[in-house]
Amino acid sequence: MTTQDAGHINLNFKNRVNEALADQELRGNFRGAMDFLMQKRAAMFPDQEDLEALRKRGEQVRNRCLQQLPDLLEQLEAQCVSNGIQVHWAETAEQANNIILGIMRDHQATRMVKGKSMASEEIGLNHFLADHGIEALESDMGEYIVQLDHSTPSHIIMPAIHKNKQQIARLFHEKTPGVEYTEDVDKLIGTGREVLRQKFFEAEVGLSGVNFAVAETGTLCLVENEGNGRMSTTVPPVHIALCGIEKVVQSLADIPPLYRLLTRSATGQAITTYFNMISGPRKPDELDGPQEVHLVLLDNGRSRMYADKQLQQTLRCIRCGACMNHCPVYTRIGGHAYGSTYPGPIGQVVSPQIWGLNNAGNITQACSLNGACRDACPVNIPLPDLIRRLRHDGNNSTAEGQTAGQGQLRKPAEAVIWKFWALLNRSPLLYRLTLWSATRFRKLIPSHIGPWTRYRSAPRPASKSLHDLMKASGTQTNHPTNQP
Amino acid sequence: MTRDYPEKPKQVYFFGTCLIDLFYPEAGLHGIQLIEREGIAVFFPPEQSCCGQPAYNSGYDDEARSVAAAQIACFPKDIPVVVPSASCASMIREQYPSLFEGSSLEQAARSLAERTYELTEFLVEVCHIQLKDQGEPVKIVVHHSCSAQRHMRTSHQTQKLLNQLGNVAVVQQERANECCGFGGTFSVKAPEISNAMVQDKCDSLMATGAQQLVTGDCGCMMNITGAIEKRGDQLNGKHVASFIWERTQ
Ligand code: SF4
Repeated sequence: MTTQDAGHINLNFKNRVNEALADQELRGNFRGAMDFLMQKRAAMFPDQEDLEALRKRGEQVRNRCLQQLPDLLEQLEAQCVSNGIQVHWAETAEQANNIILGIMRDHQATRMVKGKSMASEEIGLNHFLADHGIEALESDMGEYIVQLDHSTPSHIIMPAIHKNKQQIARLFHEKTPGVEYTEDVDKLIGTGREVLRQKFFEAEVGLSGVNFAVAETGTLCLVENEGNGRMSTTVPPVHIALCGIEKVVQSLADIPPLYRLLTRSATGQAITTYFNMISGPRKPDELDGPQEVHLVLLDNGRSRMYADKQLQQTLRCIRCGACMNHCPVYTRIGGHAYGSTYPGPIGQVVSPQIWGLNNAGNITQACSLNGACRDACPVNIPLPDLIRRLRHDGNNSTAEGQTAGQGQLRKPAEAVIWKFWALLNRSPLLYRLTLWSATRFRKLIPSHIGPWTRYRSAPRPASKSLHDLMKASGTQTNHPTNQP
Repeated sequence: MTRDYPEKPKQVYFFGTCLIDLFYPEAGLHGIQLIEREGIAVFFPPEQSCCGQPAYNSGYDDEARSVAAAQIACFPKDIPVVVPSASCASMIREQYPSLFEGSSLEQAARSLAERTYELTEFLVEVCHIQLKDQGEPVKIVVHHSCSAQRHMRTSHQTQKLLNQLGNVAVVQQERANECCGFGGTFSVKAPEISNAMVQDKCDSLMATGAQQLVTGDCGCMMNITGAIEKRGDQLNGKHVASFIWERTQ
């Protein structure tokens, strides 16, 4: 998704929300799936103290790596190069797309098979390649379903979580020639697998994401369950790994705590079926593996996040998805309503920072700041604080951060209301006067006051305020004496 | 997050919160009476208004700061400040220090944050209150605000307090820890999402068959009881301070 495409995140956000809320089947799918995922995660962390200790550890590991980010990236590049991996730097989505296209062209390649990569969704790779006559086929089952449906992922870990079994059965039946309607999950997976097997052998290039890039050894680690990641990175002659620059860790020893947190938080698994460690192309004496491995390091706004002390915490994220699983808003509106590659709490934080507040800042409003995401996050990212911070930056062109579009969400009428509100609440006289008139004329307060009363009855001011009651009771309204 | 609690003091300040001030004054009054009954003198500085959270959560930091500064000036003495709302208490405890970081009020903001307590937290941990239930048997459902659960982390103290009431049976709602959808300005900024949340909350509260809803935060109460009333359902809401005061006289 380029910055221009991203404009639609703000546009029509309300309409998308309302459509999602009205879709009972969709809401049932999300509620059921999120309840299931929350239970699975909870079962993995039976001891609250152990969990807190592990989260603290995860936070510290990520923080240490981020503190040395520039150095680690240099080290990663040097190590990768000495392992025979070709390293490319992409500052923007456009650059990343062009680098990948360039590699494809160098090999006269027209077919790519993809393992799961949210970074590739972030840069809109599939569309870009299609525009250049290249077929990019998703091989992760969820991504495959979404692609078959001409849709986009609704969750960063489970791309097709918005669909139930029946909907997937119908989709396979309609879109795949010769496939009978069946709700047998094994059969459905078998169908997908058959199609994909063939594609793995035809593709000239395999593309994957990266979960951890180890600076000390130049190793690219990939966490997955289906084996399609291993296929995408070993069967085609060329492997391209697309990696956000924040994914770098210092050493292999940093991985166990993060990996434990990732799988337990994401799917409630103690460990995934596959953990791939890629440290270079096929060596002369080896029988398989790609002949070329490319690493594309993607910035796309991450350096801007890095430059701000508070917003830098965004980069701790290990993309586990727990924040969306625990979000009462995401659970109700689903992933597509956000209109961004990254939905849910982390999406509300990351999207405006990648695509600008002017393009993607409105989604920060879809949050009650209830804190469930913060408590679920395996690396203690204070997501509500960051969402609030971005609301502030959207209102203030003079904000300290470097997020694009700062101040562009300011609504003059709203700003005036808050100015007036502040005046009222910091001058005791005006405040008391307001209390006095609200209590005195309480019967005159209209029963329909904007959006509130669409779904609730209007609150009625009391006949006497607490200030009045205090004054009448003679309770000590003055300041205390100096006795302890 | 554990907190060290002081000895029972002779005097405290009371910060009534703007919502209680205008809409639920009896909750404030009962909170004060509960503290006074423990032999503590309660001071209610008349210059107080709002903690500043509505503007802060909406991203209007300057406006929030100016209102917060006025509150800091209300509570200068080094004695506890008791707040009958986990939401407003957490604004003071969690946000004031960073809001005034690097300013001349930083020290005062930190001091205020350190001596601010949510009401039930104060009654349990500082007063070690002992309640004697005089009320009729009743079945209640409790809604703990997100601030009580995840910011102040005082919901277990509210629970402890209610457990002291022998004639009160507390029934559990489904998804008890889920947000009711209030979120301050969220309820008017994203009214449809907020409504979806509060309707689900009402469903699970009504399904308990409880005779009474008790909560420690009037924002949630206004949201939930407002929606219940609009639906035409019957479930009366009460602030925990009023509920306890009325049963223990
Ligand atoms: S913000 Fe935290 S909970 Fe959300 S995806 Fe990232 S690591 Fe997981």
